[in-house]
Amino acid sequence: MNENTEVNKNKEKPATTHKIGIYLWIWGLLFVLSFFSYMVDWYQFQGLLRWSLILFFMFLKAGLIMAFFMHLFWERYALVNVLLWPMTAIACFVGLMVAEAKYTVFTRLIYFVLGG
Amino acid sequence: MSDSSLDNLPKGWKSVPSDLGSDQTAFKGVQWGKAMMWIFLLSDTFIFSCFLISYMKGRASTVVDWPNTSHVFSLDFMGVPVPLLLIAIMTFVLITSSGTMALAVKYGYEKNRKMCGHLILATAIGGLIFVGMQAFEWSKLIHEGVRPWSNPFGAGQFGSYFFMITGFHGTHVSIGVIFLFIFARKVYRGDFDTGRRGFFTTMKSDYVSIEILGLYWHFVDLVWVFIFAFFYLW
Repeated sequence: MNENTEVNKNKEKPATTHKIGIYLWIWGLLFVLSFFSYMVDWYQFQGLLRWSLILFFMFLKAGLIMAFFMHLFWERYALVNVLLWPMTAIACFVGLMVAEAKYTVFTRLIYFVLGG
Repeated sequence: MSDSSLDNLPKGWKSVPSDLGSDQTAFKGVQWGKAMMWIFLLSDTFIFSCFLISYMKGRASTVVDWPNTSHVFSLDFMGVPVPLLLIAIMTFVLITSSGTMALAVKYGYEKNRKMCGHLILATAIGGLIFVGMQAFEWSKLIHEGVRPWSNPFGAGQFGSYFFMITGFHGTHVSIGVIFLFIFARKVYRGDFDTGRRGFFTTMKSDYVSIEILGLYWHFVDLVWVFIFAFFYLW
């Protein structure tokens, strides 16, 4: 009870804000990174280089948005942990489905293309 | 009170057992609405992940060639086909609106009513432009014969994944735009300065709502980052 009232009182005082420069920097970086990822397609990079560049720019942009625009960088670790650990479940799911897709395409090639 | 009781809490990893294992409120200092929005966004992450993973599985397991997105989504600019032109503009529009939203949150906490309202309105207009361009893209592809079951460019699964994933994202943007307009009105009216009670609730309005709205909007931008990478560029 006591804890709740303290939290409520805490809400009354003006929340800490961050300097406008941080937001403008992140904003600019997002533009630059988007431009670079568009360039990946423009110059028609292929193969491993293309995929690694796409993933690199994607994770960098996602990280910047979450850390600074969504304030996770300043958030309490308990909340950050609750939000980020479930992502490992998604990674496991991706791994499972990659294996499944390989198996499916293998059977399709055997039965559709080679005719069994 | 001291506000010190909160400030004295340990930061970083030490705060995790102190937040979760001390028989107190978890996520101290995090307003409940903000925590709930985060949990909603987590569940939304799983939905979008399921769509994108199913797209990955479908694309990886088809024996027919996948349509060349660089060619499918090209747009004629002065007679020259520019690859992914519309998608690039949509990406920049969405990032712009994400930036204005981040600044709106900042000015909200500084109780700068005018700037906060203007920036939320700018964000809403950015979202509206995005949805408009998406509608244009859809009608263009439908015109070219893309259907959920077949298309003239390659593997038949392309259409169903395209309409499902971009449609679900576009729905999120549209809902966001509606809320942005509602909140722009609330900010201009001064609800968050006077603590006027909301329509659905007896609780007092507070500028933390702008941050919660911002979380949703940044999430929509975040999802687009992944769709742009996996669906359009890959």
